[in-house]
Amino acid sequence: MSYDAARHFADSWGLVFMGATFVVLIGWALRPKAKSLHDDAANMIFDKDDDNG
Amino acid sequence: MESLLLRSGAWFGVALLALFAFAQTTETAFAVHMAMVGSAALLVMWIGLAKTDYLAVLNGLIKAPVDQSKYDDDLLRWGVILITFWGCVGFLVGVVIASQLAFPLLNLHFEFTTFGRLRPLHTSAVIFAFGGTALITTSFYIVQRTCRARLAFPGLARFVFWGYQFFILLAATGYLMGVTQGKEYAEPEWYVDLWLTIVWVAYLAVFVGTIVKRTEPHIYVANWFLLSFIITIAMLHVVNNLALPISPFSAKSYSLFAGVQSAMTQWWYGHNAVGFFLTAGFLGMMYYFVPKQAERPVYSYRLSIIHFWSVIFLYIWAGPHHLHYTALPDWAQTLGMVFSVMLWMPSWGGMINGLMTLNGAWDKIRTDPIIRMMVMAVAFYGMSTFEGPMMSIKAVNSLSHYTDWTIGHVHSGALGWNGMITFAAVYYMAPRLWNRERLYSLRMVNWHFWLSTIGIVLYASSMWVAGIMQGLMWREYGEDGYLVYAFAEVVKAMHPYYLIRATGGLLYLSGGFIMAYNIAMTIAGKALRQEAPMTETPYDAAQDRPIVAAAAVAE
Repeated sequence: MSYDAARHFADSWGLVFMGATFVVLIGWALRPKAKSLHDDAANMIFDKDDDNG
Repeated sequence: MESLLLRSGAWFGVALLALFAFAQTTETAFAVHMAMVGSAALLVMWIGLAKTDYLAVLNGLIKAPVDQSKYDDDLLRWGVILITFWGCVGFLVGVVIASQLAFPLLNLHFEFTTFGRLRPLHTSAVIFAFGGTALITTSFYIVQRTCRARLAFPGLARFVFWGYQFFILLAATGYLMGVTQGKEYAEPEWYVDLWLTIVWVAYLAVFVGTIVKRTEPHIYVANWFLLSFIITIAMLHVVNNLALPISPFSAKSYSLFAGVQSAMTQWWYGHNAVGFFLTAGFLGMMYYFVPKQAERPVYSYRLSIIHFWSVIFLYIWAGPHHLHYTALPDWAQTLGMVFSVMLWMPSWGGMINGLMTLNGAWDKIRTDPIIRMMVMAVAFYGMSTFEGPMMSIKAVNSLSHYTDWTIGHVHSGALGWNGMITFAAVYYMAPRLWNRERLYSLRMVNWHFWLSTIGIVLYASSMWVAGIMQGLMWREYGEDGYLVYAFAEVVKAMHPYYLIRATGGLLYLSGGFIMAYNIAMTIAGKALRQEAPMTETPYDAAQDRPIVAAAAVAE
């Protein structure tokens, strides 16, 4: 692939792909069902931690 | 027994190769390094042979069974000691070179002590020796505890830890002897780079291996940041250091890139070293140690994930802002600027997430000096991630670039964010790793906090004034179109600020020494220092009595 072709791919489909991936990842974190999973994850560093990890 | 023989043979082979290279080379520095490689290989071989319990091997027990119910923490104890040591060394060299700028006589007319050689020694000592050891140590600490599993590949983990220390030794001695490829923060030459690549791949294997054998279903967010740091640094390091040595027996190599491509590759590396080594890795520390010390879960786990993906997607494009108004194409400069400005938002999201973790427990800032350090660290993360995007704007950059404002910015991030969060992590880990009741002295942590904070304030504010003055003096034109100030006049005007900066550095260094003493006493298991507690609930014995009516007293 020539420099020119790579450059045009980067600012067209490459950009769309990156943008879409980003939106999906953020959207996945924001879905309402994730709330309780996130609460569990945030607290998991505390459970039964007698070794004080 | 066979594996021991194989390993010893391999190390012996390395030593022989090093001896061969030592004999073949015509360069002193390369010969010194090959001697170091050979000695290190023989040392590792000897340790392997001497430490083996032959009786156990003969009895069919390859190794005494390890207590699987305990975390693999031996390395981490070395880590805490070495973080403290490298910190003090790095800060000391920093104070020396700051003083050299104020008093050039301190270069001592001796090639090994000139500013040009000590400066990369300082930057690598603080970033890679202090910061890197802190990252390896805390990542091994965090990944075991959040995965509730012992380190995968314990032998490889030891190789990673000590191999990285050997990388530091090769790099540091190389700088003093003038071995450098002249790329900022990527100074080590080709053979040292190859060594680091091997160590880093092993690091990735240990980290991912531990995550794979985890017993917790979820991978805690701190590990996301740490893993992204390890993977990205591997990529950056390999690409930026693509080079061809002039001979297998020479330290000198030439980069595969030339001209503006070389510059862009270097700053793609350089800025992402800031983004992934000094930011993502240390954010991993923040997302574990701040909630643990505050005994509260992170303010918003969802925000931490958004923080993660935004940092990953945006940071990688910000490098071109180091090359404003150079031969780099204009669109690339603008791209770098725009992404740097966009980075401000996720960075502040992360800062807010860290600070708000204390929501409902703000009083801990008054009572807990370790929390105080963490809060200051996160606050400096916020300050420098605001200052950075601002300085990446072309109009601002035309004033700030090449001046000491940049140096001030770097240090508010490095001393404030990286330094403070590392100190807090060391203070958190030390009593736990040596099974002590608590640190030897909390008052000393408080002293460390204030010395560091005042040091940073002196450093950053003097460099703001110096840098902006420097930029304005450089661009000052007279009515006839001549530059008003000669370069030497600008240098002279900087002198007082250099003195203030060196003073700030000295305060920061003395804080480091106090930490070293406190950690040493904690490790030694000395009785806790007799000291006033951080807070007292007021009690006035004279007031603690019933009110007696005046008439009753008279009777």
